[in-house]
Amino acid sequence: MSTTEWLSVAETVQKVATGELTAVRVVDNYLARITNVDRELGAYLVVDSGDARTHAQEIDRKRAANQPIGPLGGVPIALKDVLVTKGLATTAGSKILEGWIPPYDAAVVERLRAAGAIILGKVNCDEFAMGSSTERSAYKRTKNPWDTSRVPGGSSGGSSAAVAAGLCAASLGTDTGGSIRQPAAFCGVVGLKPTYGRVSRWGVVAFASSLDQVGPLTRTVRDAALLLEVIAGLDPRDSTSLDQPVPKYTDAITGDVNGLRVGIPHEYFNATIDDEVRAAIEKTKLALVERGAVLVDISLPNTAHALPAYYIVAPAEASSNLARYDGIRFGKAAAGAKNLMDLYMRSRGAGFGPEVKRRIMLGAYALRSGYYEAYYKKAQQIRTLIKRDFDTAFQHVDVVLTPTTPTAAFRFGSKATPLDMYLADIFTLSCNLAGIPGMSVPCGLTVDGLPIGAQLLGRPLDEATLIRTGAVIEAAVGLGARRPGGIS
Amino acid sequence: MLARLHLEPDEALRLQDELGKILDHFLALATVDTDGIPPMTHAVPMDLRLRDDEPGPSLPAAEALKGAPAREGDLFIVPAIIGGGRES
Repeated sequence: MSTTEWLSVAETVQKVATGELTAVRVVDNYLARITNVDRELGAYLVVDSGDARTHAQEIDRKRAANQPIGPLGGVPIALKDVLVTKGLATTAGSKILEGWIPPYDAAVVERLRAAGAIILGKVNCDEFAMGSSTERSAYKRTKNPWDTSRVPGGSSGGSSAAVAAGLCAASLGTDTGGSIRQPAAFCGVVGLKPTYGRVSRWGVVAFASSLDQVGPLTRTVRDAALLLEVIAGLDPRDSTSLDQPVPKYTDAITGDVNGLRVGIPHEYFNATIDDEVRAAIEKTKLALVERGAVLVDISLPNTAHALPAYYIVAPAEASSNLARYDGIRFGKAAAGAKNLMDLYMRSRGAGFGPEVKRRIMLGAYALRSGYYEAYYKKAQQIRTLIKRDFDTAFQHVDVVLTPTTPTAAFRFGSKATPLDMYLADIFTLSCNLAGIPGMSVPCGLTVDGLPIGAQLLGRPLDEATLIRTGAVIEAAVGLGARRPGGIS
Repeated sequence: MLARLHLEPDEALRLQDELGKILDHFLALATVDTDGIPPMTHAVPMDLRLRDDEPGPSLPAAEALKGAPAREGDLFIVPAIIGGGRES
């Protein structure tokens, strides 16, 4: 029996649609691999084997009856645990939501199901998506499949690890400051953060509402395009959702970058980036030039302000969004509260972990009466400056190329202070602050065998150019058939 | 109090120290000239949309309340809002 766990989404759809494979077999193979491998890896919080098999049987029945099975028919997908799923526990990696069973599906989950995808289960993440290593999950440690002494990145670390280790065909994550692209880079997979408003956040556990986006983590660029085609588009239930047509993103994969103008912002190369990361990006640049692309030196002068601006905006919005976890309407309530305020204080004090508390306190401070102008408003103005930097750059270039992260995956426990951890995100934050789309594509391995990611940033709603460029990078300097050796 | 977060004394001390360091790091922002720069809201120019005010299907109350830690019928049960005693 040949393995099916390493097939791409595109291959799985094709094989199930033609009857070469049954959806049940595809699902069973993943379930078996999860049983064998995930005890060591720790990507999944919950595996929904019963429902996954039932849905696979439905797909096979439809195909036998010559009914359409959908553009993702029979494709098993793992969801980051901030996407709510009807009847399936959703924790956002937090104890405060332990045992909560949502009564509805997130918009993206509805769309995946309608397209014939099969939900395999929920994967680990930093608590409320606040973190860069998945070490902040209240539940378990997820390891990097390339080297199990290292983190998978975060906050969508369960997603990146599961995709890289062949424990699902693809995954959906969320990206508020790099939480799709950074773990994708650390685990050697493709991660795409769409333009703000491109994908509905209805049913996504909110972190920072002016930054959050949902996007795919996949083993190939084509797979990311296929998933984006399904999840993108207007949703009246999300007031920030854009009423813009959804292109056929897979059509952007032409293999042609002749004449493409690629911006290289010097601010991203002056920082303390690792030599091997620098070398891999140089190789990526060369590969693009060899195929006819034109490199253009550009400047994004406000890049250095992105980190402080982000760590004001995101915690401020989080402190407001997380006010809903009060121990009354859902989630866990503390026992023995004396009065209502006591119930709030104790439920939240016991339910939230240290990083979430830190961000709530930071956000509440920044929004305090008299401080709004100095912090939140200032940060929002700096976002305008960062956005203008990109607007200017995109008058001269079609896409911007940077490293996704300053280093490859780091070891567990190696970021001593919160600020050290925050600095792991310096290359991914601007994209969210400006609301533009960004993608990480694998572009090589370090001598120790750790993946390196190239980040592509594009004009608003121009995911197609990221996909076009990313596919060329993937073919030229991607990981090919190399698979993680850290797990069996 | 604003954050409605109970912190143990050692937790509060540690947070104070950490937040102080983080806020120090952010002081650099004060030096950026933002006079006359509008705060950003969305990457693509758009106005927040309002849906038509039309009744549609919604989650039944029993479903919506299923996740509540304590309830009675269609109501949440909460401790006393004023004073120290419990209502139930």
